[in-house]
Amino acid sequence: MGLLGPSGSGKTTIFRSIVGVQAIAQGSVQVLGLEAGSVGLRTKIGYLTQSASVYSDLTCEENLKYFARILGTSEISVDEIFELVDLGANRKQLASSLSGGERARLALATALLGSPELLILDEPTVGLDPLLRMELWKLFHRLAQQGKTLLVSSHVMDEAERCDELTLLREGKILATGTPAELKSQTACDDMEDVFISLVGAK
Amino acid sequence: MNVKRIFATTQRILSQLRHDPRTLALMVVAPCLLMTILKYVYQGQPQTFQHAAAAMLGIFPMLVMFLITSVATLRERTSGTLERLLILPITKLEFILGYAFAFALAAFIQSIVVSSVAIGPLGLKVAGSQLSMIFVAVLDALLGLAIGLFVSSFAKTEFQAVQFLPVVLLPQLLLSGLLAPVETMPGLFHFLSHFLPLTYSVDAMKKVMTGQGSFTHDFELIALFLFFFLAAGALTLKRKSK
Repeated sequence: MGLLGPSGSGKTTIFRSIVGVQAIAQGSVQVLGLEAGSVGLRTKIGYLTQSASVYSDLTCEENLKYFARILGTSEISVDEIFELVDLGANRKQLASSLSGGERARLALATALLGSPELLILDEPTVGLDPLLRMELWKLFHRLAQQGKTLLVSSHVMDEAERCDELTLLREGKILATGTPAELKSQTACDDMEDVFISLVGAK
Repeated sequence: MNVKRIFATTQRILSQLRHDPRTLALMVVAPCLLMTILKYVYQGQPQTFQHAAAAMLGIFPMLVMFLITSVATLRERTSGTLERLLILPITKLEFILGYAFAFALAAFIQSIVVSSVAIGPLGLKVAGSQLSMIFVAVLDALLGLAIGLFVSSFAKTEFQAVQFLPVVLLPQLLLSGLLAPVETMPGLFHFLSHFLPLTYSVDAMKKVMTGQGSFTHDFELIALFLFFFLAAGALTLKRKSK
């Protein structure tokens, strides 16, 4: 499922609420049948924050191994995940010396550890080259086919096409929800960017 | 409590230090250098050197670990790694203990080197054992860590965190008995010094140095301060924020 909206529309706040790190003014959030932030959810959610939250003074391998040990997953899964995000060649490199894209993939790798049921990915493809973006979306679809739930946010409207379901946000309010096809027919537009503009205009 | 997660954290912090050899070198070399300067400043007054060196041996580890901890935890906060960790199975206590073990080891190495340099080439005379000196030094380091952890939650930036050193530690330094014996201070300051942890660190070191009196009472009070600040520090590690 994709969460689309311009900067400041509340995408990260929603994700933080689901993960249970956002102080909520009112209401409650239920995730996989549990209160958001409960202990039972700790190994079930993989969270990729917008700014890559990794230790820049550790190597890629040390970063992944540390998070793996905290999660209690085997170190074999570390090798698999390096393959998955295509960082095998950078294993011994310090995270501080990685390029922006590599750093984002390292952070993604830490979110994938322990194969969580629910993956929350906050702008995972921002700043990545088109080829890599395509690769990542392939990976996301593979994970979805394996039965995982993925919540992906983006402010780039053309990424919406790649999601099964969409929620469009603006200024903290939901503009619309539905599949990309539904939203297009609703607004009689054939481009997601136009869909968004026409929805904003309709309000 | 999960020991594996504590040691994973300890090992991670030690790896971070390993990748930063300059910090490691500074941690060991700077106190030795300062101790040497102290020796020559008090060249004609060996008694004063004895007195000041004892206090400094307790103050160095505390000062260094205070700074390192407040910057390190602030970095964990600002880089998002702390928040990232707190949504994983690790508990706050495990996180703090991970830090405590890593920095206790660093303080252990620091105090072995500094006390050896002081006793050896600088001719510091110690009536008690070097081992108890190292023990007190490590305890002081942990106290510095605990206060640093607590204080770092009041700082939003690394600039602010560093500014807490003169605010939190320097007054304690002035009142600890390093510059003038606690007994000769004006009533109010004498009274205040009883509530400052550094006073007991300096006193414990002095006792080890002179071999007069037991430092058990100091030890108990330092341990008490240690647990208080660790608990307060743990409370400031908030899972939720705005």
